[in-house]
Amino acid sequence: MIELNKDNFEEEVLNCEGKVVVDFWSESCDLCMDIMPDVKELAEEFADDFKFAKLDIKGNRRLAIGQKVLGLPSIVFYEDGEKVEHLSGEDLEVEDIRKELETRA
Amino acid sequence: MSEKYDLIVLGGGPAGISSAIYGSRSRLKTLVLEAKRKTGGQPSTYHDMENYPGVPETNASDLMDNFRTHAEKFGTEFKRGEVKSLEVNGFEKVVKCKKGEEYRAKSVVIATGAEPRKLGIKGEEEFKGKGVSYCATCDADIFTDLDIVVVGNGNSAVEESIYLSKFVNKITMIVIHDEGVMDAEKILQEKAMENEKIEFVWNSVLEEIKGDGIVEKAVVKNIKNGEKSELDCSGVFFFVGRVPSTDFLEGVVDLTEHGYVETTKQMETNQPGVYAVGDVRNKVVRQVITAAGDGATAAVMAQGYIEEEDYWQNHVVNADKPALVAFWSVTDQESMDVISQLEGMELEDKGYKFIKIDTYKNRLISNRYDIEEIPTILKLESGKVDSKLVKPEREEIIELI
Repeated sequence: MIELNKDNFEEEVLNCEGKVVVDFWSESCDLCMDIMPDVKELAEEFADDFKFAKLDIKGNRRLAIGQKVLGLPSIVFYEDGEKVEHLSGEDLEVEDIRKELETRA
Repeated sequence: MSEKYDLIVLGGGPAGISSAIYGSRSRLKTLVLEAKRKTGGQPSTYHDMENYPGVPETNASDLMDNFRTHAEKFGTEFKRGEVKSLEVNGFEKVVKCKKGEEYRAKSVVIATGAEPRKLGIKGEEEFKGKGVSYCATCDADIFTDLDIVVVGNGNSAVEESIYLSKFVNKITMIVIHDEGVMDAEKILQEKAMENEKIEFVWNSVLEEIKGDGIVEKAVVKNIKNGEKSELDCSGVFFFVGRVPSTDFLEGVVDLTEHGYVETTKQMETNQPGVYAVGDVRNKVVRQVITAAGDGATAAVMAQGYIEEEDYWQNHVVNADKPALVAFWSVTDQESMDVISQLEGMELEDKGYKFIKIDTYKNRLISNRYDIEEIPTILKLESGKVDSKLVKPEREEIIELI
């Protein structure tokens, strides 16, 4: 998964043609840390259809808020740079992410 | 074939894991089923933990990790699974999970806890992950230097506000009560009042959350005069109590009208061998230490239940010869006399299994066979009652044999 920051976000996500999935996370978010391995597995499984990236909100908070992400974990789907779906909440399950990927693949 | 355990604990919070520690230490084959990835229940999403006895310097998440390590030390198994149904078929309980896994146990402890209550106000669902939060430790970072609103005034609301005040610029707590009145403990109220970042709006409720893609405004209504006002904020945290996670238990065990499990002081539900502990139980004080206490009680009760039931199954229900069961108690001389008469009758030689049940200690079996008076003698074949003698004369006993 590509590591995003304020220098490469625009190029990798907003100016990217195609489908991008961004995992917004932080070390203090237990749920983020818990689902990260599963998201990595999904990234391999769906590598043909999506580009997967992750953004540590530490140091990139403004960028996250700019993307209207104000809660972790957040999994945001982009298509041709447009935000098309935002999954979030403490009851977020990997199955929810998988379902969304299957729908959008 | 599904895997068989002595004890299955539904839920891996402090109450459930305490049951597991006691269960597995007593050599019960014990499984904890937890729906979430991370065990620890509610405390695992909290930060401070100042009142767990004997552990003055810890935080909630570390304490819960230690609970699990402690249970694993005695051999508790942990598996992930959200319970879909619990079936009670006498001594066998069947637990089915949403993904189809199935487990069997002799005894079950319900420790499914409670989840944050949602108020269902306008904007609450829409702004999930976009400013609406139920978890301070998850989202504290993101609100650094921003203004937030906290709804609620109980222990969780105040504790979490104090924690959040280390990150955010300003917190406005919306309190439904009159000025100065909160549901939280005094010591917490004082801390909040002294905290320069925390402000209060009294006699008020949150009516709506507004924003363009993310939270921007909270609409607050004064319940005394009906006036509405808008607060600029980037986040809204809800700590407005909890609701028990018991949907799958409807029709299985007795629930209160609010969905909590009814239990005795010994954590027994109305189903023998099924117990309920912690926040899911109908009780008043809901703390980590009381949850742990519930868990220990239930595990000890479960152990007694399993011993009695195992003995009954092996010596009566599945026995190859008829059983004579005498119900007695040390406080009843007549019952003691009948016991000694029976002991002198060489029952084993006559092809009987002779079993004594102390009605004081073993209420389970006594209740199952409606033993109201002692002495009572039951003659059972393959677990079925063949005859029942209440306060029998010697001649009646001889005739029975």
